[in-house]
Amino acid sequence: MPTLAPPLSETGQDLSPLSAAAAVLAKFPAGSITPQEGLDQPTWIVDREILLDLARELRDNPATQFDMMMDLCGVDFPDRSPRFDAVYHLYSVPRGARLRLKVPLDEDQPLPSLIPVWKTANWFERELFDMFGLQVTGHPNLRRLLTHEAFQGHALRKDYDPARRWILTEDKMYQPHFDLPEGGDDLFERMTVNIGPSHPAMHGTFRLMAVLDGETIVASDVEIGYLHRCFEKMSETHTWNQVIPYTDRLNYCSSFINNVGYCRTVEKLLGVEVPPKAVWARTILSEFSRIMDHCVCNGTTLVDAGALSNFWYMFQPREEIYGLLESCCGARLTVSYGRIGGLSQDLPPDFMERSRRLLEIIPPFVSDVEKLVDKNRIWLDRTVGVAAISGAEAVNWGWTGPCLRASGVGYDVRRAHPYDLYDTVDWEVPVLFGGDVYDRYRIRMLEIRESLKIIRQLLDRGMPEGPWITADPHVALPPKEACYNQMESMIYHFKLIMDGIQVPAGEVYSMVEGANGELGFYIISDGTSKPYRNHARGPCFPIFSTFSRLINGGSLSDAIVSLGGLNVIAGELER
Amino acid sequence: MALKVLDDKEDTKIIGESWVTTRFEDLEDWAQRNSFWPFPFGTACCAIEFMSTLSSHYDVSRFGSEVVRFSPRQSDVLLVAGTINDKMAPVLKRIYDQMADPKWVISMGACACSGGFYRAYHVMQGIDEIIPVDVYVPGCPPTPEGLIYGILQLKERVSRDRKKFRARQSSDAKLPEEEISDRADARSASL
Repeated sequence: MPTLAPPLSETGQDLSPLSAAAAVLAKFPAGSITPQEGLDQPTWIVDREILLDLARELRDNPATQFDMMMDLCGVDFPDRSPRFDAVYHLYSVPRGARLRLKVPLDEDQPLPSLIPVWKTANWFERELFDMFGLQVTGHPNLRRLLTHEAFQGHALRKDYDPARRWILTEDKMYQPHFDLPEGGDDLFERMTVNIGPSHPAMHGTFRLMAVLDGETIVASDVEIGYLHRCFEKMSETHTWNQVIPYTDRLNYCSSFINNVGYCRTVEKLLGVEVPPKAVWARTILSEFSRIMDHCVCNGTTLVDAGALSNFWYMFQPREEIYGLLESCCGARLTVSYGRIGGLSQDLPPDFMERSRRLLEIIPPFVSDVEKLVDKNRIWLDRTVGVAAISGAEAVNWGWTGPCLRASGVGYDVRRAHPYDLYDTVDWEVPVLFGGDVYDRYRIRMLEIRESLKIIRQLLDRGMPEGPWITADPHVALPPKEACYNQMESMIYHFKLIMDGIQVPAGEVYSMVEGANGELGFYIISDGTSKPYRNHARGPCFPIFSTFSRLINGGSLSDAIVSLGGLNVIAGELER
Repeated sequence: MALKVLDDKEDTKIIGESWVTTRFEDLEDWAQRNSFWPFPFGTACCAIEFMSTLSSHYDVSRFGSEVVRFSPRQSDVLLVAGTINDKMAPVLKRIYDQMADPKWVISMGACACSGGFYRAYHVMQGIDEIIPVDVYVPGCPPTPEGLIYGILQLKERVSRDRKKFRARQSSDAKLPEEEISDRADARSASL
């Protein structure tokens, strides 16, 4: 396991690896890299000609060690020349440092593919092509990823009408792309099987096409996009607070964490202070959401393996947590409880009692499932050593979260870049080393316990007094009584309702530990009441892009059981 | 006791505790009404609430609808739970076509009913663009109580729809699928 750097500031502002950056800069021609000052994290504007060499250097240079490509997204500036930016977010797991690379380019200037450096670039580059029409040279399968085959135009360009649809007919649907191994067996023995998208094991929205030799998968292709519902484009057409319900539906199994992730990002741009009560509640409810998410993941994985009763056991804690969320905000699943600057409303008076009761209710269910399956022969046979991946490879594929920690790399945003109250409580980051389906299941069970530990400590500390949302009238609505009685409050209320929050121009990347890993938001504001660009880095996206690599060579039944353990949530994967 | 549910039919006679005479159609209606085999076409958040409806706390088997079948050939209710986008549309249409008559469709949640708040370039604005819907369950997502209410509402429709279905079988009237696909073609042309 790589040793982890001590906790740094949340943005990775500790530039220690970048103090070595001078050495990197010197290796490239003058003018090809321009550092951009005054942003939330170190940012270089890079010439596309040197991008591939620079990427390799940044990854391999022991002084920088950017071993993970966290994110890639495009930005469109129609009035600028060159028109587009390709924005890479790099991360160094051993150093906990971040670096942003921006590559300005025009439509006719292709990017070099970074797949030789970071394998996770594959799907990110396809998304870039799909959404912005940017070409990538050296990509093996540069086709649309999220939108369908009959789609015309590139949806995230500013001149694309958000409501312009195209009709797909069955004959135009995606044809698989296989990297078949050279030579080998008799081709006549092979059979291509299509699973999904409407198949229970594919969780409703993924499509797997596999070339089988007997029971063994020789090659496979995965298609997504069956739940692409335009989160990023919708963000651009809604005001800052109106985006919150859309974030709920990213990872809908733990929607509150998404609220927090988005609100924190906007708060960072605004420079708003969140009151202690809201921070406290955010931490507790995030951990409850994490428990819910892990319950769904483990419950459904076990169903996929045929162990149905565990599903009933794992869903009961969820129902109990729903009760708490419902008492907070009225919604069970898609809560929209976070607001920029705090929470949408006060915590219920019985919040403490309800939460304490949950601490009693949840552990027995977890233990019951553990007793049923932890040493169950069938479960062990089906999962131990299945779809295994090493830590180094997982990092190269951009994995984060429980799946990465099951491969022996202890990267957790809550520990590496603490936010909210995570650095004030005593908890551990569970790490397992098998990297297989079994360890991915185990690590979630362990994390449920750690989450309970965090919640218990925070509850013992007591609920902080005070407001649940910031008093800044430019961000949060004034109290109703004040609106009725004070001219000033009424004007603020009117302005916020009519115009929304005005976020100062700038850009920021901020992340929280989602239930599946690092949930990042890269937001650009142009100073108006709507986001100029809101890109969500869903942790599932890189993880699921690895799926073909995980299942090739295994049997078809292994593929089914390994999908569940990855906990791919379509809403977050395809946004 | 169970036989009492046939009470309201005019040709039904209950004799003692364990005998009943009725028309076969009524018995058939009664059986189908109380044992839906839904095909859960779950894609998104609503599917999670559907799972809650299935699981212990709400236990939809109390209403005879817990036998979910993932083969369209074995199911009589298509339960569309979640956003259906343009990429998924041909798949949904195909699954609906593969189901045997008589069949019903429950559209669960705002997205399936109308596209919800995704008025966007890749999201179908309601599944009734391509398939007929019997019960719309509003909500984003609907609560399990809401879904159960929708299933109960569907029960009310079964006898009536089965009567129509029988009438259709005995005549060569135009099947509703074709009407619907005509409508869908018209929609496509207007987009």
